[in-house]
Amino acid sequence: MSHKFFLEVSELGKDFAPVAFGRGPVVRAVQNVSFNIRRGEVVGLVGESGSGKTTIGRMVAQLIEPTSGSIRFDGVETTSLTRRELRRMHARVQYIFQDPFASLSPRMTIGEILVEGLDIQRIGSKSERVAKAAQALASVDLPPDAISRYPHEFSGGQRQRIGIARALTLAPELIVADEPVSALDVSIQAQIVNLLRDLQMRLGLTMLFIAHDLAVVEYVADTVIVLYLGRIMEMAPSRELYASPQHPYTRALLSAVPSPDPSRHTARQILKGDIPSPANPPSGCVFRTRCPVAIEACAGAVPALREGAKGHFKACIRDDLD
Amino acid sequence: MAALAHNRSAGPIRRALSRFFENGAAVAGLAILVPILLLTLTYDLWWPYRPNDIDLLAMNRGPSPTHWLGSDGVGRDIMARLLQGGRTSLLVATVSMAISTFIGFFIGAIAGFAGRLVDGVTMRFVDLAMTLPPVIFLLVLASIVGSGIMPTIFVISLLSWPVLSRMVRARLLELRERDFVVASRGMGAGLWHLLIRHGLPNTIDILVVYATLQVASGILLEAGLSFLGLGVTPPEASWGNMLNAARATHVLENYPWQWMFPGGALVVTVLAINFVGDGLRDAFDPRSELK
Repeated sequence: MSHKFFLEVSELGKDFAPVAFGRGPVVRAVQNVSFNIRRGEVVGLVGESGSGKTTIGRMVAQLIEPTSGSIRFDGVETTSLTRRELRRMHARVQYIFQDPFASLSPRMTIGEILVEGLDIQRIGSKSERVAKAAQALASVDLPPDAISRYPHEFSGGQRQRIGIARALTLAPELIVADEPVSALDVSIQAQIVNLLRDLQMRLGLTMLFIAHDLAVVEYVADTVIVLYLGRIMEMAPSRELYASPQHPYTRALLSAVPSPDPSRHTARQILKGDIPSPANPPSGCVFRTRCPVAIEACAGAVPALREGAKGHFKACIRDDLD
Repeated sequence: MAALAHNRSAGPIRRALSRFFENGAAVAGLAILVPILLLTLTYDLWWPYRPNDIDLLAMNRGPSPTHWLGSDGVGRDIMARLLQGGRTSLLVATVSMAISTFIGFFIGAIAGFAGRLVDGVTMRFVDLAMTLPPVIFLLVLASIVGSGIMPTIFVISLLSWPVLSRMVRARLLELRERDFVVASRGMGAGLWHLLIRHGLPNTIDILVVYATLQVASGILLEAGLSFLGLGVTPPEASWGNMLNAARATHVLENYPWQWMFPGGALVVTVLAINFVGDGLRDAFDPRSELK
């Protein structure tokens, strides 16, 4: 196995079983998802709510176990680690949460929050830990006196920066950012995105950036993966994907991005209805029930993810579009 | 953490305490409780009689300048017995509270945090402990382990933890899915770290309130057991076995001071503790917490 890729995800799947004694259907949150991330690369993961973005992010961060498939991190298979190996792995992958109000314990000071990871991993002495926490705080542009205050004394954007600082204290190699800006005001979003971009470049971080906002992803990501109902619809280098989207779903998503240029008129495609239930997905192509160009053959077989142009993958049987 | 300690702003606990001191009933409860504690703990320094001293010249005497609260059938001073009894009752109640809070927290916390299988097994065990009819369970246990202070503590603590473990488990099940706990797991936290750093601070309100009210119910349980002759055995004084004297009709009718004072002390103490407990519960109420 080559170590060309830093993170190799292959045929990843996650089913959520009904609760004990319940007779509900199994929810197939993620099915057969494969992608690779190079060291230092930022991969954007986009899709509607319910498309399995967060589930994939949490599996990559070892927070939930996949039902099937494998995740190789720096050449190491992570789905079969012992407890001690898993703890060491946790220091290398860190997670940034969507909701900055839920992600910080209201009963801990910022200092306690920031040294928690170092305590768990038993890194350094007590004073070294505090120094590292202060350093992380400085790297997200927060004043040093924040260290003895409580989370409720900060605004949403500040809290999100504390969340980022916490992820940085362990000096991780991979960061999973789960919609880090979607809970924030638009005015703060740019600030946080720039901060993340900055830190990523300065520290050479590899990042899995989850979002539902294509405009944010375009700015941050090198490669974009479009998800729908737990499956990859399209995967391409960011510029490619935005310039020439191949999959009808990606086209619909892109046509929904508002343009600041009033003279630019694109034919907007509006998707009708909701994302189907992952407990009862459509046969064949999962998108066919809302696809404007679906044909009968779409219901027949699950379309494979095929490479069209170099590095540009799509899961659609309609090659005759455009 | 010493470097972080200076100049820190008021934490959730301190804010809860300041709310507690704004609560009139709770402060009144505290104002009653503290003197009772001081009196029972220091009485042998300032009161001339010991609980088992017998004054043959003063049998069944009412309150007088020498025996302030009168004396009982064998000439023992009621005041001394009342204060010693309070000491016993509070000791039994406090120690059994500590034990049952400890057991209750850890069983509930492990059930809440350690995963579905452990949860299922532990909670069925808790259910089992809860289905035992308390009075009969107490009687059987007391008759097995015998009477006296240690067995009484043992019996009371063994009986009262299941309720707490259920409350703790319910809180932690909700806490487990909160992002900051997920973040902690994402940094590699083990069960012990989660319990101490997240479980304990986030259930402290439940624990404090439970512990306070458990002292009150411990006093009552001890009194009940001793009244039935299964708790603290005479000649050792406790409020329960002093009340036992009231079983005799002629004592009940002719020597009211022998049972009225321990009865009154019991009621006042339990009420005061309950006020304090209610005050603590209101002070820790998450709805009054600014988010």
